[in-house]
Amino acid sequence: MAVSSLETGAPVEPKRSRFRLSEKWLAPLLLAPSLIALFVFVYGFIGFTFWVSLSNWRSATRDLSLRDPIWTVYERLFQMPRFQADLRNIVVYTILFLLVTVVIGLGLAIVLDQQFAGKPFFRFVFLFPYALSFIVTGVAWRWIFNPEIGLNLLFEQLGLNRVLGWFGMGPFKPGWLTNPTVVGDMRTWFPGMDGLFAQMGIPLAMIPVTIAAVWQLSGFAMAMYLAGLGTIPMEVREAAQLDGASTMQMYRQVILPLLKPVTVSVLIILTHVSLKIFDLIYAMSGSGPGFATDVPGIFVFEQTFRATRYDLGAAASIVMLVLVAFVIVPYLARSVKEL
Amino acid sequence: MATSLPIEPAPRRPRLGSVKRIIGFGLLFLIVIFYLMPLYVMIVTGLKEAAEVTGSTMWRIPTSLSGGGFGEAWRRLSPNLITSIKLVIPATILSALLGSLNGYIFSKWQFRGSNLLFGLLLFGMFIPYQSILIPMLQVLRWLGIYGTLPGLILVHVIYGLPITTLIFRNYYANIPSELVEAARIDGAGMLELYRRIMLPLSIPAFVVVGIFQATNIWNDFLFGLTIITNPNDQPITIALNNLAGSFSVAWNVVMAGAVLAALPTALVYIFLGRYFIRGMLAGSMKG
Amino acid sequence: MTDLQRLIQRNRLSRRGFTAGAAALAASPLLARFASAQTPITFEEGAEEELEIFSWWTTGGESAGLDQLFAAFSAGSPDVTIINAAVAGGAGSNAQIALQNRLSGGQPPDSWQSHHGKELFSLYVDPGYAEPINALWEEQGWLDAFPQGLIDQVTLDGNIYLVPVGIHRGNVMFYNKHVLADNGIEIGDSLSVDDFFAAADTLKAAGVAAVGLGDKDTFAAPQFFENTLLGALGPESYLALWAGELGWDSAEVTAAIETFARALDYLNEDHAALTWDGAMDAVIEGRAAFTSMGDWAWGHVVSKGVEDQIGYVTHPGSEGGFVTVVDGFTLPMNAPHPVNARNWLRAVGSKEAQEVFGPYKGCIPARTDIDASLFEGYFSWSIDALASVASVTSLAHGSSASPQLRQAIFDATIPFVVDRNVEAYQQALVMAAEDDV
Repeated sequence: MAVSSLETGAPVEPKRSRFRLSEKWLAPLLLAPSLIALFVFVYGFIGFTFWVSLSNWRSATRDLSLRDPIWTVYERLFQMPRFQADLRNIVVYTILFLLVTVVIGLGLAIVLDQQFAGKPFFRFVFLFPYALSFIVTGVAWRWIFNPEIGLNLLFEQLGLNRVLGWFGMGPFKPGWLTNPTVVGDMRTWFPGMDGLFAQMGIPLAMIPVTIAAVWQLSGFAMAMYLAGLGTIPMEVREAAQLDGASTMQMYRQVILPLLKPVTVSVLIILTHVSLKIFDLIYAMSGSGPGFATDVPGIFVFEQTFRATRYDLGAAASIVMLVLVAFVIVPYLARSVKEL
Repeated sequence: MATSLPIEPAPRRPRLGSVKRIIGFGLLFLIVIFYLMPLYVMIVTGLKEAAEVTGSTMWRIPTSLSGGGFGEAWRRLSPNLITSIKLVIPATILSALLGSLNGYIFSKWQFRGSNLLFGLLLFGMFIPYQSILIPMLQVLRWLGIYGTLPGLILVHVIYGLPITTLIFRNYYANIPSELVEAARIDGAGMLELYRRIMLPLSIPAFVVVGIFQATNIWNDFLFGLTIITNPNDQPITIALNNLAGSFSVAWNVVMAGAVLAALPTALVYIFLGRYFIRGMLAGSMKG
Repeated sequence: MTDLQRLIQRNRLSRRGFTAGAAALAASPLLARFASAQTPITFEEGAEEELEIFSWWTTGGESAGLDQLFAAFSAGSPDVTIINAAVAGGAGSNAQIALQNRLSGGQPPDSWQSHHGKELFSLYVDPGYAEPINALWEEQGWLDAFPQGLIDQVTLDGNIYLVPVGIHRGNVMFYNKHVLADNGIEIGDSLSVDDFFAAADTLKAAGVAAVGLGDKDTFAAPQFFENTLLGALGPESYLALWAGELGWDSAEVTAAIETFARALDYLNEDHAALTWDGAMDAVIEGRAAFTSMGDWAWGHVVSKGVEDQIGYVTHPGSEGGFVTVVDGFTLPMNAPHPVNARNWLRAVGSKEAQEVFGPYKGCIPARTDIDASLFEGYFSWSIDALASVASVTSLAHGSSASPQLRQAIFDATIPFVVDRNVEAYQQALVMAAEDDV
């Protein structure tokens, strides 16, 4: 089974010398319809979007003339408090989400690597959310994080607040997605950030979003790690145990280092998913109080279709693309080189 | 001390103490609760009557078995469920067929630059679709299929090509070249080889790709949202989101709707989980 | 009895209006016959089979009002099937996106809902989606029936593009009479900024949130801001600001922003969790004293049956202006069913349709020749105000600024509610205005 998600299979022996003349052209010819369609829809469209981002198309009326000076919209984009908040949110969210997902995914994989009754059931449960759409996830969690009912009500009914009361603490009743608070502000620590309008801290409303995303995707990380664990030869484990290593030691010193390539794949895949996040937040909270849960994906959608700021929406989408490409292209290049 | 006698089949079996074991199981149990909680909320809320949904009874099980919000959810969402089915089936079949052909050529008929083309193709599955939306809508309009199901199918087929091609390429790469060689000596041409040797061997790959693509397309949101303009023709995910966003709809109906929207992919996962996981590991993208 | 019937009865409409409304709820064909007997609107011959109407009126009074308009149309064209293409969710924002996609995709409905002013021109006229309807206006004699200021707001380069059906007032401050009385606060015919803050301080000392806001709806904070601007600048300067004659960097705007920031100090704790109706509920339940909202909030008050507990006055300092939020319908270029589309506009522009529509939707008719005696209480107050004070447009509801500038101001306002950084806010507003086409 494939370990790395871009595992490119067994090497392919070139058959070039055996091509018959007619077949020499047949292979590219058969690929042509798919490839042309895809390249137009990917590279052609990206090029067009980039052009739009530099154009004067700033209303419902299409205007593809180039703006003067040409980079104006990008300059504006990065000056917008909202987009600054979006970049902050996406960075905070990505870091939190990656950290928690990888830790949980790895932890669950190691647990399921053991022998015990009911293992298939656990694996089934942990992977289940992956089969659902982000919209379903978002709708369900939005209800759970409703501050008047949902989790807060459950805490109350389980007596958590009474227990807190014994220790002289107030009831635990967070606003979850409706909390506009941004904790910490790096602008006060780094003088270079003075020019930023948005508070550069951790928006608390991003935490419930992260929880929902972890719920949905930690099963994926677990499955990747389980597949990775499955490829580790029994001899390696045996050797470690012969050396007198405890189970903990074996995992820490032998298995984890062997899982590094899996971790790299998981991180890269999840990073690009995280940078593109749209559906989940759109369904859960939208842009949120004070843009506490706004992300570039939502920004693009609203600027383009609600405000008909095609130039601004296009520019933000190009920024998204660049962020994703930054992570994906090296990974892709390496994978293809290994073909 | 570890014993690694050949008759000891599982040296990986942990030798944790029973206290640790109990703590471990307790933790695992809590994690299971966390994973099941949203499903519980969806199903239980969906089964309740509107009056029971809010307030202190939210976490209780329903008091009556009347079907709760499901009737209303079905009435509102069934057209969209049908749209989603009419979308998923053709889009999945087309993208699987094309992916199979592409995968065959990329694995068995490499030519100068084919690996580069393959890499460029793969990049298509990682892009944020926001960055192609504006021209895509223009092109669909120009083709006269904007706002229609065929337009949405076309888009899903095209953006599904990278992943379907990748899965098939990997699958075919593992089919021994000797098999292909032998057939070639018999004088079979490229397409004949594909039809006679590769296709019959491809059933498992088609199942994997089919499940993976069907799930992805079913769960899509952005394309359905921007391409289909008539609310009654929109796929289920968009309809569900609209349902959740309208003030006049009670939450038991919304949750019942969420269950309806989740059911097809959930059933696929329950009954074909093995193939589902294979597709996930081979494709492993979401969103 | 439904809320709607109650709403109508509470406003003590004439028997005619009530009968019509009740009949429509019971069976619209009945009304159709009734209306056609009462109101001979002459329809164009050659009706097609269908009529598709796009709006975001999907809830309560809105959709009931829409049904009244449908009934008025069916009275003249009983055999036409009406397709209600209303899109729910997000207070119209989902609908506007869906509509824009339809129009740019060349698939217009037969008519769609639009506000007047910049939204109409920028989203629908400039891209060539809307057709001029001057001939219809002349034929129906509407030029004399609608206020000139309103006609100007639906006219671009001499062409008229919209038939207004109803007018909401945006700058109303609703308050809980008991809460104010308990704290010894009296409200006169108008409320000055200073009096408001004095009252707010009293309330704060008593532990009551003076300002109930529900900014889970993105328009709520910008609407509060525009009302504050109107209060600080007065109608003339307010309009000058939108016309580009007064700069966003001016001291007057700074002062308005500071007033806005000051008012935000008195917010309800849970403002980010509430929508506008939630904020109105907070006032009704006494958790907040005031809420600044359009008069659709009055419809909410009526539907809860608590009119006697809720008072209304103009937003502090803004008594000299009437922020108009106008809903109307357009004629598309290449309407799929052009005859029906024109007949639809004839129906919704009629005096009779507007008199019936208003009470359901909770607005006053756009026409000036309506029978004012049909309207009492809040609506009568609103009709008098419209006739006597300056009409100004709304940013939050699309008329003052292009959708682009509107979005940019929203984008600047929403974080301001949290961080209250006056300088950064004003700078963002200046930049937004510069960037407008």
